[in-house]
Amino acid sequence: MDSIAHPTQRQFNPYSDNGGTILAIAGADFTVIAGDTRQSEGYSIQTRYAPKVFPLTDRAVLAVNGFAADGNMFVKKVKQRLEWYRHAHSKDMPLRAIARLIQTMLYARRFFPFYVYNILGGIEEDGTGAVYSFDPVGSYEREACRAAGAAQSLVQPFLDNQIYFNNQQPAPGTSHPVHLPLPTILSIVIDSFTGATERHIEVGDGLEMYVVLAKGRGVQGLEDVRGVQELSVTEEGERIFVIRRDLKKD
Amino acid sequence: MWGSQAGFGSLVKGVPSFVIPSVPDPAAFLRLHTDDHADPSCKIKIQHGTTTLAFRYQGGVIVAVDSRATAGSYVASGTVKKVIEINPYLLGTMAGGAADCQYWETYLGVHCRLHELRNRERISVSAASKYLSNLVYSYKGMGLSMGTMICGWDKTGPALFYVDSDGTRLKGNIFSVGSGSTFAYGVLDQEYRWDLPDEEAQELARRSIYAAGHRDAFSGNTCNLYQVKEDGWQFIGNYDITKLHYDGPGEAPGNGYGYDIRVEGQTSTDLPATAGQA
Repeated sequence: MDSIAHPTQRQFNPYSDNGGTILAIAGADFTVIAGDTRQSEGYSIQTRYAPKVFPLTDRAVLAVNGFAADGNMFVKKVKQRLEWYRHAHSKDMPLRAIARLIQTMLYARRFFPFYVYNILGGIEEDGTGAVYSFDPVGSYEREACRAAGAAQSLVQPFLDNQIYFNNQQPAPGTSHPVHLPLPTILSIVIDSFTGATERHIEVGDGLEMYVVLAKGRGVQGLEDVRGVQELSVTEEGERIFVIRRDLKKD
Repeated sequence: MWGSQAGFGSLVKGVPSFVIPSVPDPAAFLRLHTDDHADPSCKIKIQHGTTTLAFRYQGGVIVAVDSRATAGSYVASGTVKKVIEINPYLLGTMAGGAADCQYWETYLGVHCRLHELRNRERISVSAASKYLSNLVYSYKGMGLSMGTMICGWDKTGPALFYVDSDGTRLKGNIFSVGSGSTFAYGVLDQEYRWDLPDEEAQELARRSIYAAGHRDAFSGNTCNLYQVKEDGWQFIGNYDITKLHYDGPGEAPGNGYGYDIRVEGQTSTDLPATAGQA
């Protein structure tokens, strides 16, 4: 019998990685924000439907990835702050202000970080599509497209090539388009996720794509999309739609 | 927390408050989960790797930075804005923790504005940089990571200060910060003069960032160039480092900084086609 007490090391480890991938692409007058719905821990799948993309206002959608518990709590707190803003000002917070709010909320946890990568997408006050991406402690930047999460390193290079036309030479006498049309971007998003599902074990099950349309923009590009569902109640301001697709479940 | 106190609104009345984990050593907790140098498998990767430089000269201050952010060996972004526009006549640079620099330099901007309103006078670059250095010094040992240059123009003329999260604050003519700083210094020190004309000063800064982008794996993508003059800062341009290598900063191709063109056909491994066939 061993009666000698050995030293044991203890540490506080409140974090876990729940996999999955999120992605957002801005167009000229719309933004697409998408995420898969698989939630896993290690090699086991906890659930096949855990949303990672959340509509915040009529023109802002937030995607969160990393540690699901931190992510859900963070979204809850952002929504609470946006509600308080609505009560004080009788209007929704503009997108760039939401981005700054998210920075300060993340940085308030600088010494006990939320393990979450955020991507905020929506429509700016000037009517342009916008994507803001954040690191876990709040550094942020406006971009045209961004992928985050488990398959970030698989998806981002594809986006760099298809959206920014990196390492592509335009045909003689032509130039690359600055903004792509909605149907093209939707196909790129679907291809990104089917590709990531094939090559990454933590990605799959389902895909949720939120589309935010600028005020006054028609629904062109969405008419022929299968299963598109509108979330906004009026056609007056910005409009939000969601498109769901199945991804492979193995 | 009410209404307009979103963002930095709540900070105006005093210093912000931070959530601290209830463990005996919070700094060790943070190090355990975020320090990717000691433990590459840690979950929260704070973006690192940079080349930034700034120098004072006859015409003002030149500020140049790269735009790469790395998390481990992954290039997390190639479009980072490492020059932080604090206000129309103050610039700060970003090296170390991206969020630390972005947050505290924005916070510095708020307090520079309050100084203006209280004193009917713009804050000096010296005072602004000291405000920042005292601030980060109060968090010393808690895990902040920033190496920044505060650049501007005040009553004393062009001014440049280096401030880092250890609490160091230095006044100087030339600084370069980040993993690629040694490469940038090599070029900068060789060609620097006080009486550089504007064009040559800009070219020197570009060339120095290019050198760092070329030799330091953690730096690269593009170079952002700024100049500070008496009437405030001015953005000069964004230059693709690969393009600088092959074609140089201008529109005409073939004026690249890379030595490939200069040695073409002259080295033993790269003989002209005719000589090789003989």
